[in-house]
Amino acid sequence: MSLFELVRVAFDALRVNMLRSFLTMLGIVIGVGAVIAMVTVGAGAHAEVDRQIQALGSNLLMIRSGSRFFGGARTAAGSTQSLTVEDTRALKAEIPEILAAASTNRGSAQVVVGNQNWSTTVYGVDADYLVARNWEIAQGREFEPSEYRNGSKVVLLGNTVVNELFGAGNVVGQPIRIKNVPFTVVGALRGKGQSFGPWDQDDTIMVPFKTAQGRLLGKSKHRSDSVRDIYVSVRDPRSMDYVQQEIGEVLRQRHRIGPDQQDTFSIRNMTEMVEARAEANQIFNMLLAAVASVSLVVGGIGIMNIMLVSVTERTREIGLRMAVGAKERDIMLQFLVEAVTLCLLGGLIGIVVALAVTVGVAEIAGWPVLVEWPIIFVAVAFSGAIGIFFGFYPARKAAAKDPIEALRTE
Amino acid sequence: MAFLRCQDVHKDYTVGTETVRALDGVSVTVDRGEFVSVMGPSGSGKSTFMNLIGCLDRPNSGSIELDGEHVSDLSSEALAGVRNQKIGFVFQQFNLLGRTTALDNVALPLLYGGVDRAERTRRAAEALLRVGLDDRAQHLPSQLSGGQQQRVAIARALVNSPDMLLADEPTGALDTATGTEIMNLFQALNGAGLTVIVVTHEAEVAAYARRVLRFRDGVITADTMDEVQDVAV
Repeated sequence: MSLFELVRVAFDALRVNMLRSFLTMLGIVIGVGAVIAMVTVGAGAHAEVDRQIQALGSNLLMIRSGSRFFGGARTAAGSTQSLTVEDTRALKAEIPEILAAASTNRGSAQVVVGNQNWSTTVYGVDADYLVARNWEIAQGREFEPSEYRNGSKVVLLGNTVVNELFGAGNVVGQPIRIKNVPFTVVGALRGKGQSFGPWDQDDTIMVPFKTAQGRLLGKSKHRSDSVRDIYVSVRDPRSMDYVQQEIGEVLRQRHRIGPDQQDTFSIRNMTEMVEARAEANQIFNMLLAAVASVSLVVGGIGIMNIMLVSVTERTREIGLRMAVGAKERDIMLQFLVEAVTLCLLGGLIGIVVALAVTVGVAEIAGWPVLVEWPIIFVAVAFSGAIGIFFGFYPARKAAAKDPIEALRTE
Repeated sequence: MAFLRCQDVHKDYTVGTETVRALDGVSVTVDRGEFVSVMGPSGSGKSTFMNLIGCLDRPNSGSIELDGEHVSDLSSEALAGVRNQKIGFVFQQFNLLGRTTALDNVALPLLYGGVDRAERTRRAAEALLRVGLDDRAQHLPSQLSGGQQQRVAIARALVNSPDMLLADEPTGALDTATGTEIMNLFQALNGAGLTVIVVTHEAEVAAYARRVLRFRDGVITADTMDEVQDVAV
């Protein structure tokens, strides 16, 4: 008998007991569905993390001015601006692996345009900042070197700020008041999207470092060249650890911090932080996938159970088929194909369910839908294998029946 | 010309620890085109005899020759082929597949004979026509009367153009009138040259045959030819 004939006979048999066939399949449907949903949702989450890392700035290290003891009381990180613009320059000059090193300062400010106002974060940045953080200009231009030098009253707007204050449209050349100081918008930044939890990276504005120091964040107790954060972008992700170490060395030397003294700065690997979170997600996903595989095995046992019942129920049919010329192999194949068909159907339904779930989750979480075709092929092959594995014993039992006994069965 | 030749056939069954001697030296020859009835009380060995000549089982000793072929020492796979090609079975309980149309039931042996679909349908329809049920091809067994079901079963037995029809109590589940119909059908098929062997315990059924084999305690006790019956046909 050809495979096609066998499949047709199997379908006929499954159709006779439609409800039972469906219920039997359910275990496989849930198993395959869960495994694929886990993997594709996981892939989507992973892609999202990659995107976040990209948005954050690739291979990004952040050096923050450290805390300092004031008579036994320790102040918060960043409260003491021990880092300076000179440190930034030195890092860039002494560590060739560094692509960009940006001095920044930060504060919050009320921004007013006409009768609209918005409270946002102001960054005082230097020319390396856009490179280090992967910012792109959506309209207008970057700051000119002269603007950095002179501390001009020019500003770049983040996407959220543009939307809140201007809506759509051209913002270049528009007047804007930051902390009541008049500025001119020279450009807008391309949106990065929500990233890294609830932190909206696009809710920001940037002014030249010198402008920020002098006019906006001018904190009299700080030197005019003191820096809150230095952002360092490394050329090659593989040298991240090395560069991190080097930065520590250079800064300790410059700040004359002995080996037994506490650092006045801290270095953070931003990429690592996102990745660590992603890894935790991944482990969670693997765990769920493992649970789902158990469901596959349970589903397989269900199939075996029903196939055994079916073989017993259809003993007479088996006897008759043998009497009219079915060989043992024919009977064996008939029941095996039936089990495999059951599993493959269950697998296919499971895939459809999983894809629906994936699209739904991606929709809610705002992730890309990433269908991993290899895993789907693996799932189909695996459910087929389950059919063969759990269908083999019942099929052999059917084929081993004695036609005379089988025909005599009531 | 001998179609079936049994020589000193022995068959034992083991039931629990006890060995039951079902056939104890049976020798018989049946020619092509004969109509034979096999009679005997239950436990006489007639069912065992039918199973052996139907190639559903193998004897412990002795030889069975079917159409010149020693089937007693064939593999079970080869026996399945012989059943498929040379023998048509008719059972007391019809043994039709439920939820399968009459046509597909009839075509079942062809499925195992490796006949393609179009040819199967054609030959199954032809067989149904021979038993007068061509108008019931798409009916399910549950939609047919007992007599019609048995006709479908006979069509299934005929579909592969076998040399020999083996019927085990073919009228056992039918009323007298329907039983007579079925036996007339057998007689007509025999008249067309088919070898027919019917197992029965009813004398009226046996009377359709020209030759009666009587079994008792695993041996043939009588082998009678009825020439008068031949005239009556």
